[in-house]
Amino acid sequence: MSTRDIAVLGAGMHPWGKWGRNFVEYGLAAARTALADAGLTWQDVQYVAGADTIRNGYPGFIAGATFAQALGWSGAQVSSCYAACASGAQAIANARAQILAGLCDVALVVGADAAPKGFFKPVGGDRPDDPDWLRFRLLGATNPIYFALAARRRMAVHGATLDDFAAVKVKNGRHGLANPNARYRKEVTLEDVRESAVVADPLRLLDICATSDGGAALVLTSMDFAKRHGITKPVRIPALSTVTPTFPKTVLDLPDFATDSAMAVPEPDRPFRSALPHAAYEEAGIGPEDLSLAEVYDLSTALELDWYEDIGLCEPGGAEDLLRSGATTLGGRIPVNPSGGLACFGEAIPAQAIAQVCELTWQLRGRAEGRQVENARAGIAVNQGLFGHGSAVIVTA
Amino acid sequence: MSTTGVSTGRERRPAIQGWFTGADGDVRLLGTRCASCGTPYFPRNELACRNPRCAGPRDGSELEEYAFSRRGRVWSYADSRYKPPAPYVSPDPFVPYTVAAVELETERMVVLGQVVPGVTVDDLEVGMEVELTEGVLYTDDDAEYTVWMWRPVN
Repeated sequence: MSTRDIAVLGAGMHPWGKWGRNFVEYGLAAARTALADAGLTWQDVQYVAGADTIRNGYPGFIAGATFAQALGWSGAQVSSCYAACASGAQAIANARAQILAGLCDVALVVGADAAPKGFFKPVGGDRPDDPDWLRFRLLGATNPIYFALAARRRMAVHGATLDDFAAVKVKNGRHGLANPNARYRKEVTLEDVRESAVVADPLRLLDICATSDGGAALVLTSMDFAKRHGITKPVRIPALSTVTPTFPKTVLDLPDFATDSAMAVPEPDRPFRSALPHAAYEEAGIGPEDLSLAEVYDLSTALELDWYEDIGLCEPGGAEDLLRSGATTLGGRIPVNPSGGLACFGEAIPAQAIAQVCELTWQLRGRAEGRQVENARAGIAVNQGLFGHGSAVIVTA
Repeated sequence: MSTTGVSTGRERRPAIQGWFTGADGDVRLLGTRCASCGTPYFPRNELACRNPRCAGPRDGSELEEYAFSRRGRVWSYADSRYKPPAPYVSPDPFVPYTVAAVELETERMVVLGQVVPGVTVDDLEVGMEVELTEGVLYTDDDAEYTVWMWRPVN
């Protein structure tokens, strides 16, 4: 056991959907479920870490306090953080640091969102000094445009086909069929994807993840606390990475108008998306060959293929073959997104990275009913937070 | 407002000041460049060179005006088939548009831009040579607002 291990004693979610209610309700439900799962009460929690949502008014910006108030002010230490799509992982990182520093034994991490319909748009008012506002104004560069640019590049460089992208959706659709927290629990065929409307060529509606309501929570504790609590072999988090890109960042990312220039300094050995898991592997002392499963951030079907390479499941350009071999399907060598992924959930931004760790926890406990990866021992959850944020979390049995 | 791309005879104004110049038909992206390490920036960076290993003062004094290469090769491209949310100013009815990410050989960077109206994804290929021009992004009662756009060289 590494001295950097923390225990995952509880995991809980409010099902993803388009429920039309306040995000606090989803977070509260997830928190209570996670606490019950851990066999602990809110009064046991010494530190609460909230992952913020920027589309739900002031309570969203101070999510830690919002959830603490909903649970009943208890005098716990509190933090709130925003890191775009990596907000949930950032909240886990905050709780982990508190536990590893010996400042607390029991932490609760909560993220929840209520998402608007349709395209994400910049928040509030005329802000011509904000690149996120400007990319919409000057380019009409929506999120799907960036996903589509990456997908087209993959087709040109690695020979990916539209049917490869569709096959990712079909796979994830099957994976999520039995997941009670997934929003979409319906078999999807290649034909369904082919016939869905083009949103941003080459991506079609069913290639792009939806925006969802949902909530996820984790109860994290020190290994000593878990032992005292009678859990001798808890699921553990031995490593978590939230590294920044390294200059020059040469891959286009939201909300960029341009990449960094590689004129003065050559491109780094590891682009951003592969630097994130690399740092986590180094910290955990394991490699991709040790993984039983992975939860990757499939904002689009094409991005799932990029992740196969970024987390080291295959060499660059090998993702299509890996997918076609069935290795990443449940029952294969290394199932990817057994939860159904964002394809079945849609994205509830601050909850999503926490939900990935919930799934790994249930898989490593052997309790992912209807989607269990056999003999799961280690998993990775990766997230491209965009805007320079991202995360990789390793979870072991 | 409309974004037909067709000139209406109204006054032309850049949709954003200082990001590109259309002087004498020589449309170029404007940015800055570090006089110390040579790194160019678009959009312009006036704060401090962002190369962490740059030996310059990194207080902004090292950043000078820089006009980018006019031509590059398509790194990737996409289009938008649905009306994006504001602050994009969309004509009614909505007109789909194409976006290209273009690799500039000299600057060794990729720059996004809309592609001139009438060019669709079917007309583009990764690696194709394109050049910078200026086009109308939207119009109102007073003016046509222009922005940099890519167009195939041939």
